Amino acid sequence: MKIYRSLVRITVIADKEWIQIRRDTRSLIFALIAPFALILLFGYALTMDVKNVSMAVYDQDRTTTSRQFLEKFSHTDYLHIYDYVSDYSEIDRLIDKEDIKLAVVIPDGFEKRFKSGKKTDIQLLADGSDSTSATVAIGYVKAIIANYNIEVKVNELKRIGISETKVPVETENRIWFNPELLSKNFIIPGLIVIMLSVISALIASLTISREWERGTMETLITTPLRSYELVLGKLIPYIFIGVFGIIIMLLAGFFIFDVPFKGSLIELIILGVLFLIGTTSLGMMISSVTRVQVLSVQLSMVITYMPAFILSDFIFPVANMPLIIQVISYIVPAKYLIIIFRGIILKGISYSLLWTQIVFLAAFALIMITISIKKITLRLPE
Amino acid sequence: MGFSVEVQNLTKQFGKFTAVDNISFDVKQGEIFGFLGPNGAGKSTTIRMLCGILMPTSGVGRVSGNDIITEQSRIKNNIGYMSQRFSLYSDLTVMENLELFGSIYGLEGNQLKKRIEYALDIAEIGKRKDTIVGTLPGGVKQRLALGASILHNPEILFLDEPTSGVDPIMRRNFWDLIYEFSRQGKTVFVTTHYMDEAEHCDRLALIISGKIISMDSPEALKKTLTNGVYALTVEDFISVFDFVSELPYIEEAAIFGSTIHILCDHKVPLKNKLSDDLRAKGVSKFKIEKITPTLEDVFVSEARKLGI
Repeated sequence: MKIYRSLVRITVIADKEWIQIRRDTRSLIFALIAPFALILLFGYALTMDVKNVSMAVYDQDRTTTSRQFLEKFSHTDYLHIYDYVSDYSEIDRLIDKEDIKLAVVIPDGFEKRFKSGKKTDIQLLADGSDSTSATVAIGYVKAIIANYNIEVKVNELKRIGISETKVPVETENRIWFNPELLSKNFIIPGLIVIMLSVISALIASLTISREWERGTMETLITTPLRSYELVLGKLIPYIFIGVFGIIIMLLAGFFIFDVPFKGSLIELIILGVLFLIGTTSLGMMISSVTRVQVLSVQLSMVITYMPAFILSDFIFPVANMPLIIQVISYIVPAKYLIIIFRGIILKGISYSLLWTQIVFLAAFALIMITISIKKITLRLPE
Repeated sequence: MGFSVEVQNLTKQFGKFTAVDNISFDVKQGEIFGFLGPNGAGKSTTIRMLCGILMPTSGVGRVSGNDIITEQSRIKNNIGYMSQRFSLYSDLTVMENLELFGSIYGLEGNQLKKRIEYALDIAEIGKRKDTIVGTLPGGVKQRLALGASILHNPEILFLDEPTSGVDPIMRRNFWDLIYEFSRQGKTVFVTTHYMDEAEHCDRLALIISGKIISMDSPEALKKTLTNGVYALTVEDFISVFDFVSELPYIEEAAIFGSTIHILCDHKVPLKNKLSDDLRAKGVSKFKIEKITPTLEDVFVSEARKLGI
């Protein structure tokens, strides 16, 4: 009888919360449109593929050979020749204006030295202020030149009669799970997790403080309603919103960014719910401690977004961070869900390989829900 | 007949500020008990402690036989509470609010339906049951709050300034309802700062600065007044008021509309003395009559005695 009464109370609180969300356009927009908008924004903005690097060419030689050599740079997606210049000062200017990242300079006498079989130097200038892009772009140029060198040598050997040439060691790459090494495949599942932690904590952080600000809490606490009934009742609608967010973001990832989906959707959602229980309870806990909506929102942004973004292996490898930060990263729940989501979405692995993460998420959910029940005192503040 | 509320030496401090200062009182079952005092006197704080939503700093109390410190959850099943600030859900409809609170109190099915009908009846808003509460006028909201507080048929009703901001006709309706609850055997504990409204109570505690300064039925309170109360009607009452307040044998003078109420000791032959003094001052047209004291007079004289 007692349990039945409790269940009824949990249901009516969930129901009431749902009606309130439905009638509040602001939170509705936030819950339904924000995940989609954010995934679009971040999905397009957060790409780490270095492609279409603009470069300038300064051909001092102006011969057939130099032109043939430069042609190699124009038949690739990775580089694009922005301009042909005839002066070093122009290169300076283009780099300063950030029109180009690279410049190739072919010295006078290139063809002459080349034909006489002497070692021929060319100059490569790179803008090192963006070190990652510069390193990657230099790599592209080196690869193009290496190919060119092999081509030239093979032709030479053919000319002297050796028709079959073999390179002694050759690597054959097979990249699993993300064969084209597209960074979006790596980023989108992580992004879904980050957005999920922010949105779930944020909307939940409004719920208790709103009751205090509007005075409705004062009526609630004079009723026989228990704190766990209030917390569980409020949890239910927000979990549904979170699941809806997961699905929206997965669809956007699948249809807009062509991210493959290899695993089980059901498993993904169940584990997502486990995560949502924790983050939503965290939001509620913040809410019942501050009792002020503005403060709750700010706090939950700081507490969920920053750690989830930086300490979750989302983009920045935690393994490269100082030990103390690595230790702290173990209590960031997004870290575990990112492993789970990447595993299920990209590798199609099932929960049986994810036990460690599941245990951590379950512990987080349990701890958060317990604290938030304890923190909602059904009494007026002193 | 038992007591619905028993309180001994109840004190509440917020930091260094003492909101409720060592008060003791009992409320009989079925009684309409009033707390009369100005804003900030500690009325709401007392009610909140009795409802189990605020911890007392010291003292003991029982509400319907349950301890206000250790048995708060049992108290909550037996009381109805209407807070000073409107605190139902403004974004839900009348019906949704009543269903929510009825269900929280464990009502269901036919019983819930009947009680909601009764509450709608009391609040006289049957026709507006699907209206969003936030769009209702203030007086209607107050009635709805009262209706919601009696959904579960509680033994004791705590009404914190239930009529603040309500027009006089609606206030009268409100008091008719309170009498009705009392007839049904419910205890009503009501706070107010309206002196006239306090006359409706069976028993009254005058409270100021967290202390109960006097407690009895309104009639008895007026009889205990050791001062005589007089009304002085005079044309130029503003300048006369200044003069009268300075006279040594007058304890208190206050402007009531265009008359001046004067409190002074019974033994003083006020009519003669004041008439002489006024004539000496050159005021010739005036009227002095002895009147029945109002609760306000009692309040003022009790407060003076304590030097507040």
